[in-house]
Amino acid sequence: MRVNIRVFARLRDIVGAAELDRDVPTGTTAQRIWDDLVEEFPDISTYSGSISTAVNAEYAKMETVLDDGDEVAFLPPVSGGELPG
Amino acid sequence: MMGLARLAVTTERLNLDALIRCVHDAPISDGSEGTGAVASFLGLVREYNLGRRVVKLKYEAYEPLALRAFERIDNEIVERWPTARLALHHRIGVLTIGEVSVAIVVASPHRADAFAASRYAIERVKQIAPIWKREFFKDGDVWIEGATTDPDDAAAREEAFRLACV
Repeated sequence: MRVNIRVFARLRDIVGAAELDRDVPTGTTAQRIWDDLVEEFPDISTYSGSISTAVNAEYAKMETVLDDGDEVAFLPPVSGGELPG
Repeated sequence: MMGLARLAVTTERLNLDALIRCVHDAPISDGSEGTGAVASFLGLVREYNLGRRVVKLKYEAYEPLALRAFERIDNEIVERWPTARLALHHRIGVLTIGEVSVAIVVASPHRADAFAASRYAIERVKQIAPIWKREFFKDGDVWIEGATTDPDDAAAREEAFRLACV
């Protein structure tokens, strides 16, 4: 099946594209897509502990199992979190 | 006439008057006393951040999810302040110093709820909205990254309520 991957902000800069299409086996999770992406773009590995994800523009968990045609987005930490003080 | 959307992500300059009209005209959710207060908040591009002089900012959003986030915030506000009505617009694209990046308006029968709900709204936007900020300096640029908050994280909501109600 085919999924569309969306990346943003600094992640997109590292990957060099805002969107990627990938053919993946049935039952693939968002986490698995991310792990494959890290393998392809090792510089994004620093985000492994801090990214969140969305599937078809709804907040989702990394364990979410994807369907054919899904759009999975990886979201680096948002800029808003102002430092206290 | 088409009403202005109460929740929006836009490349257009933000217009506070339009937001105020928008909440003023919106139906009151539980048919109470009518509008007695409108509180507004504008977030501006600040010239100095973390000791560095900023030349311009670029905001980028995952727009459909940002709208989902705004809808969540809207629902959370109505849950807590049933007579409050929110309008929330966030600008994206390149902004220069002093320009408005986010505009929030809350109308309610009494001022306490309008102030509290508008503060709550901006705190939640900062926590959960998928909107990223890139700062440009004279000699470089950097993506500003804070903390990722799970929109279902109850502790984060509590923190936003705490900030809103002090």
